[in-house]
Amino acid sequence: MSSSIPGSRVALVGGCRTPFCKSGTVLKDIPAVDLARLATVELVHRMNLDGALVDEMFFGQVVPSVLTPNLAREVSLLPQFPTSIPAASVNRACASANSAIAHGADQISHGYAEVVIAGGAESLSNVPILHSKRFSETLVSLSKAKSIGERLKLVAGIRPRDLVPVAPAIAEPSTGETMGQSAEKMAKENRISREDQDTFALRSHRLAAAGTDDGRLTAEIAPVFAPRGDTISADNGIRTDSTLERMAQLKPVFDRRYGTITAANSSPLTDGASAVLLMSEDAATTLGYAPLAYIKSFAVAALDPGEQLLMGPAYAVPKALDRAGITWRELGLVEMHEAFAAQVLSNIQAFESKKWAQEKLGRSEPIGEVNRDTLNVMGGSIAIGHPFGATGGRITLTLANEMVRRDVQFGLISVCAQGGMGFAMVLERR
Amino acid sequence: MNAFTTETVDGIARVVFDLPQEPVNKITAGVRAELDVLFNQLRGDANVRAVVLISGKPENFIAGADIDEFVRLKSSDEALQLVRGGQELVNRFGQLDKPVVAAIHGACLGGGLEAALACAYRVATDHPKTQLGQPEVQLGIVPAAGGCQRLPRLIGVRAALDIILAGKVVPARRAYRLGMVDELVHPAILEQVAMGAARRLADGWKPKRRGRGVMGALLDGNPLGRRVVFSQAEKQVRKRTGGHYPAPLAALDAIREGLQRGIDAGLKREASHFAELGLGDVSRHLVQIFFATTALKKDVGIAGEAPASKPVENLTVVGAGFMGAAIGGTAVLRAAVDVRLRDTSIERVKAGVHGAQKILRDRLKRRRLTKYEYRRLEALISGGTDWAGFGRADVTIEAVFEDLDVKQQVFRELDAVVGDDCVLASNTSTIPISRIAEATRHPERVIGMHFFSPVEKMPLLEVIVTEQTAPWATVTCVDFGRRMGKTVIVVRDRPGFWVNRILAPYLNEAGRMIGEGVPIEDIDKAMKRFGFPVGPVTLLDEVGLDVAHKASLVMHQAYGDRLTPVVGLSRMLDAGRLGRKNGRGFYQYDKGKRKDVDQSVYEVFDVDPRPVPDLDIEKRLVFAMLNEAAQALDEEVVRSPRDGDIGAIFGIGFPPFRGGPLRHLDDLGAAHVVETLERLAQAYGDRMTPAPILQDMAASNRRFHPTT
Repeated sequence: MSSSIPGSRVALVGGCRTPFCKSGTVLKDIPAVDLARLATVELVHRMNLDGALVDEMFFGQVVPSVLTPNLAREVSLLPQFPTSIPAASVNRACASANSAIAHGADQISHGYAEVVIAGGAESLSNVPILHSKRFSETLVSLSKAKSIGERLKLVAGIRPRDLVPVAPAIAEPSTGETMGQSAEKMAKENRISREDQDTFALRSHRLAAAGTDDGRLTAEIAPVFAPRGDTISADNGIRTDSTLERMAQLKPVFDRRYGTITAANSSPLTDGASAVLLMSEDAATTLGYAPLAYIKSFAVAALDPGEQLLMGPAYAVPKALDRAGITWRELGLVEMHEAFAAQVLSNIQAFESKKWAQEKLGRSEPIGEVNRDTLNVMGGSIAIGHPFGATGGRITLTLANEMVRRDVQFGLISVCAQGGMGFAMVLERR
Repeated sequence: MNAFTTETVDGIARVVFDLPQEPVNKITAGVRAELDVLFNQLRGDANVRAVVLISGKPENFIAGADIDEFVRLKSSDEALQLVRGGQELVNRFGQLDKPVVAAIHGACLGGGLEAALACAYRVATDHPKTQLGQPEVQLGIVPAAGGCQRLPRLIGVRAALDIILAGKVVPARRAYRLGMVDELVHPAILEQVAMGAARRLADGWKPKRRGRGVMGALLDGNPLGRRVVFSQAEKQVRKRTGGHYPAPLAALDAIREGLQRGIDAGLKREASHFAELGLGDVSRHLVQIFFATTALKKDVGIAGEAPASKPVENLTVVGAGFMGAAIGGTAVLRAAVDVRLRDTSIERVKAGVHGAQKILRDRLKRRRLTKYEYRRLEALISGGTDWAGFGRADVTIEAVFEDLDVKQQVFRELDAVVGDDCVLASNTSTIPISRIAEATRHPERVIGMHFFSPVEKMPLLEVIVTEQTAPWATVTCVDFGRRMGKTVIVVRDRPGFWVNRILAPYLNEAGRMIGEGVPIEDIDKAMKRFGFPVGPVTLLDEVGLDVAHKASLVMHQAYGDRLTPVVGLSRMLDAGRLGRKNGRGFYQYDKGKRKDVDQSVYEVFDVDPRPVPDLDIEKRLVFAMLNEAAQALDEEVVRSPRDGDIGAIFGIGFPPFRGGPLRHLDDLGAAHVVETLERLAQAYGDRMTPAPILQDMAASNRRFHPTT
């Protein structure tokens, strides 16, 4: 089999993740770095991996802690590994873990590495809360102050309003538009109805619930033993009791009057981590591993954030398919990241639109027709949750495992990301 | 011999101590003679203004006096001469007409610390290998080269008593906080700092030492406060030693004497105590134990040509219950290996992971681990319900329910999931390892690793080998057990192994006595008086009556009538009494705290307790154990009397000052033992009949240990 990536073919050998749990719930006391470490330790055991074989690590994280800015290095310093494994943290917003995997694949295909661990983590329960600018300045001045008098004067200058903390918003720095507002805009411009969005979200929950019940999703999960409390061995955002009627009662969040984006048809803020094991095809053979799939190609794309912010996949997917040398028709499974139902449906619209292909891509034919039976067959981020930095690892692993179960030759990953970016990757089974 | 090399730079003599052909520096007769000459030279050398004493060993300053020399002492006079000589030599460090600075990196113990204390200034490295202390009382003697005098004067009476009376060794950082050393520096600048201090001292600098604070002034600084301190310390020592160990009290006396009558009187007292204790039985036994454990640390576990042990990095444990979790936690704490726990339900796995983590957390709380070390080690504990991780295991330890079928099933599964060079160990206490091994394709890699509970505290590990166990598996487990911080003895696969074997008749006899109406308190008190940490009835409660009962059935089946189980014990179980674990045993428990004997126990045994004066309580219990120990040794259950003694001391708490059961038999003499056992057999039954080996030994006047 030839690969569209030059050099060695990259095998996806295995992976696992922590449960994905809504922020502020059961995982809230565990920092992202510890979630990543948990997932990685479990990966080592499940893969019976000799830690000394690992050459490099890449982990995605979108909102890093100022205390562990390079999360990946804290993972590679796990005692299961030699201390000599270089590691980098990657931020491509919601496609961070995908990019971590892509970086790993690059190192392997270049022949610079044989074995790479890649993944991502996010704890949106643990986002850094900032001080006001005035208060921060006072603190810095205090640390430089020489006399007690000087210090007293600085302290006396602090006003109550200076003490109000500043929480970072999930907004585009270039436009000031929040993610939700962008989705709202896309729903309106693309005429995605509330009902279609809710129906898609419900589908996500139902399929995820089925995947949890039959163990396909839970098999990928490393149970977390909370320091004081329960064993957490499944995602906690998946609803088995949702109905369209109940979803319809929710008030839109971003445009309370004419909006359609609600908590039910968006992905929730989530804590979690994922890790996958990549090897060169030769290393996998030598070490006796049977890969789940191989990385055939990947591509990234970006557009003006002032346009429809989350349309990146519609640009990245055709690039990745071209690089893989295959057409949409050959895809047996598709995993699309579900930031918002409106975003997924907008992208699907673009994939299937001849007009869009002509205008935006200069192609005569649409990218492809999306077969709902092979799309997000175990649900997606709306139901399962979306720890920004970790989602890519989950999607990649879930796709590969399902490709094995269904014996599918080609599978596609598509992820939209902040900043108007999109990521796409093609996996092949053999 | 040339242990010292001196080089003078800018008026400062740098004296390097490096005892040839020895891994560590120790103060031998040769060293003393050489030092004597050296001091004379330094005194006469006008170019030398100050001296720095530093070690040439990579990680040792001075380990102490030469123990071999001490062991060879034949009389008190000889001992007195040795110790007075030592005192004079150490005095010279302080009495030289130029200041001496000790530059300490690595162990600085016993006589080594005493020499350092006599110096004008001490610089130590901030390094884990740098430890200071006066461990003498652990060998049944007292610091007798001025340690009892100079340490209290330097760091205060309370701190000095704390170290000397318990024979403590403290890390450099703590020694610095206590004031034992003047400076704590990075190893790379040790010499530079010491040379600088020497130069300043030569220029007349007087180092300032910290005061001792309000409590110090109140308690250490005046005679009245000191009296309180001494009487408190004496009370504590008596409680801790049960009056069996004379050395701590002697040290206390020497410290008090010195503070009351001056340093010379104190030194005289140190010397006389040393001379008396050094030739006493207690010290002799403690030294023998020291030598035995030292030898065991180097013993690979098999005789003759031994294969290399397999490096163990990954441990898997089957059964995440109390024992499995504790084994895992201890392995992480001590050996920093990766530990994977496996159990059938995720909740059991969680409990096991938490249990293992708790062992680390306790160390963190007691500041024996830094939070960084904790974080690193904690990541080594994981668990699951499948066999994930077993493929990378170097050793796997089974700690499931004590049932042959269950264990065989586990081993069958293990055999399929682990690599071919993984050792399969069972933590069983009653089931023959050879039976478990039958379930596997490779019985040669099956072995027993019998840990004692609580695993993180109990120092002994029995490694049980069958006829088929391969040497590589044995040496691997012995080495790994040692890395886990255990003293390891290799034991033959006979029912009860060693520790439970010699414990069986002892506990049985205690049960019989209860059945005869002997008050339970009297039984336990008699054995505490003998020197055991707890009496046999308390021990039964601790072990759990169900466990003890199960073991007693196994032992009865294996060894016949002499170990017929006590009927009362099964009646206790019928009455739902399991011991401490369910708060109902021979004793009463209140929220986990042991209270008085539960009087209703006598109803279960159907007797009225009545104190009977001379009921041979001590003799019946002790001789039952001694007799079994002799018999088991004869069956080669342990490889040597040394292993047997260490196993009994570390496994059951056999009184160390008696040197172990086999040593104790030697001290009593086989003839006397046989005579006593025969008398006991007549009075109490055939089970007390002396073992054939004892009869042979009595007839031919032989001993277990060679005479020293």
